[in-house]
Amino acid sequence: MDKPLLLELREVSKRFAQPADVVDRFVRRLRRQAQATKAVLAVDRVSLSIRRGEVVGLVGESGSGKSTLGRIAAGLHVPSSGIRRWKGEDLDRMHAAERRRKQLGIQMIFQDPYASLNPRLRVRDIVGEAPVAHRMIETTRQTEFVADLLQRVGLDAHLAQRFPHQFSGGQRARIGIARALAVQPELLICDEAVAALDVSIQAQVLNLFMQLRDELQLTYLFISHDLGVVQHIADRVLVMYLGRIVESASTEELFARPHHPYTIALLAAAPTLDVKKIDFHPLRGEMPSPLQMSAGCGFHPRCPHAMPVCRERVPDFKEIAPGHFSACHLDDPR
Amino acid sequence: MSRESSDQNVLTVEHLQMQFATRHGVLKAVDDVSFSVRRGEILGIVGESGSGKSMTAYSIMRLVDAPGEIVGGQVLLNGQNLLDLTEEQMRRVRGKRIAMIFQDPMMTLNPVLRIDTQMIEAVRAHQSVGKAQARVLARDALARVGMSAPDERLLAYPHQLSGGMRQRVAIAIALLNQPELIICDEPTTALDVTIQGQILQEMQMLCRESGTALVWITHDLAVVAGFADKVCVMYGGKVVESGDVQQVLEQPRHPYTGGLIASSPSRNKRGQPLRQIAGAMPSLAELPSGCPFRTRCPHATAICATMPPVDVQGRHMWRCFHPLQQTTGVTHG
Repeated sequence: MDKPLLLELREVSKRFAQPADVVDRFVRRLRRQAQATKAVLAVDRVSLSIRRGEVVGLVGESGSGKSTLGRIAAGLHVPSSGIRRWKGEDLDRMHAAERRRKQLGIQMIFQDPYASLNPRLRVRDIVGEAPVAHRMIETTRQTEFVADLLQRVGLDAHLAQRFPHQFSGGQRARIGIARALAVQPELLICDEAVAALDVSIQAQVLNLFMQLRDELQLTYLFISHDLGVVQHIADRVLVMYLGRIVESASTEELFARPHHPYTIALLAAAPTLDVKKIDFHPLRGEMPSPLQMSAGCGFHPRCPHAMPVCRERVPDFKEIAPGHFSACHLDDPR
Repeated sequence: MSRESSDQNVLTVEHLQMQFATRHGVLKAVDDVSFSVRRGEILGIVGESGSGKSMTAYSIMRLVDAPGEIVGGQVLLNGQNLLDLTEEQMRRVRGKRIAMIFQDPMMTLNPVLRIDTQMIEAVRAHQSVGKAQARVLARDALARVGMSAPDERLLAYPHQLSGGMRQRVAIAIALLNQPELIICDEPTTALDVTIQGQILQEMQMLCRESGTALVWITHDLAVVAGFADKVCVMYGGKVVESGDVQQVLEQPRHPYTGGLIASSPSRNKRGQPLRQIAGAMPSLAELPSGCPFRTRCPHATAICATMPPVDVQGRHMWRCFHPLQQTTGVTHG
């Protein structure tokens, strides 16, 4: 665990505000009420550090803020508050040009291989555009460079002349990976990168991720809702619920001894290949809308162990066993 | 049509064939598919995209549009061949005797009508009841699928509900006319695992209680494992293996089923490469002759270019010249 820190997020939050529309503003002015904006706290004071060579899994349901956190990590969203450090340097205090250069070390792979490739560009340009634009290679070397990359991700070099619609889902996923690798990143952020693929293709792409990790010494932040995939690929897992990290531990520890009631429910609900009749008691209710966040622990409306204190105070994220952190009032000293 | 032998079976599909006539030739989307479902039984149909699993469902409902055409076989609903019915008779079957639930509930729901309007309409299309009584039926159906505050939900528009709630409304609409059979096409694929767990449990309970037969189409073997009684594995428009869930998952005989199970992350050792199936499913136009899986199959030999015969052992069926050995099944990690 003493490998150097690559990316560090400290207490980052992201608030999306929707300003009131004209009619609403007008009505409120007439009634002499205060102007209100609807705001969603998509990520709430999350700290995360990724060391070189690690594969960190980030698990959560839709609306948990995991994609927003991934986008903050990649620099696609500027956090509303908090610090983002890359190899110890504060990214948001740099000059824009320098930040852009440093951020090339963080690349993102998106979920939908259909929506994330420009349909009007040939693969040669999709993959080769960024390194040319950032003057990492000469324009004359582009064809050769792209051919190398395509081979690395398991595609034939002559496919570079084709357009995205001429490929299958699995091949498009590989093109998306080649594009991310083109600028020689150190950290890859994979946001549901295999979720849209068929089962047999998913295994191929996961194997490619593992192979690239060894060949290129890559580090991954692997965002997924699929616990089986995360269990297989990650060294360390973070569980997110309603914008906060509720539990974090090494993969073996988390799957063997889940601690937070939400993690326990999530593991119980995940279908497995073992033939057993459903006999668990599924979690009641749904994740509340982040627009109507209640006070206290975000999970308390669905939690089977909810106590009065859960409605009042957000539990601290504390170490319950070496390297195992959880945010639950059940662990409070009494 | 032997009513006697099939009185247990709600649905019997025999040698169903559906094809598209295109300029690239005839594409056999559903090729000689047979299966049956009994009262209160859950059948899972598993396959990747392009395997023909959804087209099988559309063929049962006779929702196939040109250039698609059902060219052979039988679809017996409690002994009656649906393929012999007129379009007018078929309309009385859809929504009444067979209901269908889609992956995207917005395919079922009209975005500009309130839930109550849509549900009352669905009741009155098949039963001669008054509006007030239809409303009571609608309310009860919502309560049965676990909706909290069903009276308020009746007044909502679809966009006011979450994805899980919308899917529950779609299920409630399917239940309205007490169908003999419900066909579900990937209904929980777009939902979160905790919501999927709730819906799987409720559907299982509803089927057991009411005796409704259920056909559950999915790409996810793991969903079928905890939920269905029987499973059909489809590949390239054909059923390559079928049987009781336990038999098929624990002792798969077809190399494709074996490969699917082996490539699941939970059946692999952490940190080691997943056992993968090489290549990708060919499109229907490029299907090889004989066994559709032979171009990706590690066991394929020259004989696989002819169509393998159906092998049966009890209720377990597979189509392969080189079935996996029972003792060396790929089941243990």
